[in-house]
Amino acid sequence: MSVLEMKNVRKSFKNVEVLKDISIKVDKGEVVSIIGPSGSGKSTLLRCATLLETMDAGSLTYSDEKAAWMEGSSIKYTKNLNSVRSRFGLVFQNYNLFPHYSVIKNLMDPPVSNQKRDKNEVYNECRVLLDKMGLLDKENAYPCMLSGGQQQRVSIARALAMKPDILFFDEPTSALDPELTGEVLKVIKQLADEKMTMVIVTHEMSFAKAVSDRVIFMDNGVIVEQGTPEEVFDNTANERTKQFLRNYNK
Amino acid sequence: MDLMTMILKMSEGLGKTCAIFFLTLLFSLPLGMIVALLRRSRLKVVSAITRFFISVLRGTPLMLQLIAVTYGPYYVSVAVNKLAEAYNLGIGLDIGISKNKLVPVVVAFAINYASYFAEIYRSGLESMPVGQYEAAQVLGYSKIQTFMKIILPQVIRRILPSVTNEIVTLVKDTSMAFTVSYQEMFTIGKQIANSQTSFVPFVVAGVFYYVFNAIIGFVMDKIEKSMSYYTI
Ligand SMILES: Nc1ncnc2c1ncn2[C@@H]1O[C@H](COP(=O)(O)OP(=O)(O)OP(=O)(O)O)[C@@H](O)[C@H]1O
Ligand SMILES: [Mg+2]
Repeated sequence: MSVLEMKNVRKSFKNVEVLKDISIKVDKGEVVSIIGPSGSGKSTLLRCATLLETMDAGSLTYSDEKAAWMEGSSIKYTKNLNSVRSRFGLVFQNYNLFPHYSVIKNLMDPPVSNQKRDKNEVYNECRVLLDKMGLLDKENAYPCMLSGGQQQRVSIARALAMKPDILFFDEPTSALDPELTGEVLKVIKQLADEKMTMVIVTHEMSFAKAVSDRVIFMDNGVIVEQGTPEEVFDNTANERTKQFLRNYNK
Repeated sequence: MDLMTMILKMSEGLGKTCAIFFLTLLFSLPLGMIVALLRRSRLKVVSAITRFFISVLRGTPLMLQLIAVTYGPYYVSVAVNKLAEAYNLGIGLDIGISKNKLVPVVVAFAINYASYFAEIYRSGLESMPVGQYEAAQVLGYSKIQTFMKIILPQVIRRILPSVTNEIVTLVKDTSMAFTVSYQEMFTIGKQIANSQTSFVPFVVAGVFYYVFNAIIGFVMDKIEKSMSYYTI
């Protein structure tokens, strides 16, 4: 069964259609990268999947849980949105950590307060996550005391602390200096090796190629092409994809 | 009258000065937040009405508002009774000018300061990046939890200096209560000054306010420091 399935998703802002009948499916353990030019609708797609935007039409399902579906010509969302929210995590471009909470509180507060999980258990899990992110010594630090790369790793740990089935990334390294990008990509690569299901919007083409099972190329609100990294990056027959990649390799 | 007697007499009014000050803060700080949220309401009517009230309260003198709240109800009742008499309605309102002026004084101060605090809260709320709301939503915080746990603490941190300014102004503004002859410290001082044709009570009042504000400054500084364990 797929962890995420979006079918025939449409989304307009005012009169501009940003997502035009998009369907994607992500299987358990799969790493999917979404690439495409600026304004092609990549972020909007992630925001629809994470309930930050309401779709105009289409369906959204996490594993066996329906989040949104069509009834006749109108879209219906489930009443139990919080149960849907605990299925995914989202890593933002600019981290969005809570600056007034220490690192450990950033990680622990959502599972403890919102998922009502046992505090000691959560604490131990969060310590393991911080260790994995190489940030065990930053447990009691505040986000403002950390570098961008460290903050982004904390935000990945915060998302993982919710035990999501799937993790979304929206350009996780775009706000980082090149020398800090590597440490974040390394962590994501490690998660990929552990078979974490992930959808990554990125402009880091070589990283997408290295880490993904599947690459989706979006342009102008539609999926132009998808396939293995080799198919999309090395052997594409699609003119639009070729042109996009050419601009990128320049 | 010697200086010591003056100081003692004026000190008697200090309790009332403090009553205006603390009660005003007690009511206006939370009321300001309610007003700020109404001002930000998505309902156009609600936000427009709120904006109108804020602009009236900020655009007219506090002195006038004190007079309106203290004597307004009495004059309204007089007018109503005249009308009732003219049309033989056989009803009558009996609203006098309240003996305990503390109530109208605090009401006037509280709504006036609430409108200033509301604008401070509003600017603080507007300065919050939308990413904080989005992160909270994705992490399963309810709207109320997001506000109480994520947004409000950061807003308070951001607006504390402006709030301190208002509090310092409030200390000095308590003297306005003399317009409705509420026997707080300044009103007493003014009465002594008139009866003794002396300027000294004003000097004493000045020292009182200065010391009061020095204490406020010290306390607010401590609070600000206690919150500056993170930068925004
Ligand atoms: N809240 C919004 N209101 C109006 N228009 C929007 C809104 N959000 C996105 N858009 C528009 O939708 C289109 C797609 O935006 P989106 O952010 O999804 O693109 P993107 O592929 O993520 O681009 P980038 O690579 O620059 O991040 C753009 O034309 C953008 O201007
Ligand atoms: Mg984007």
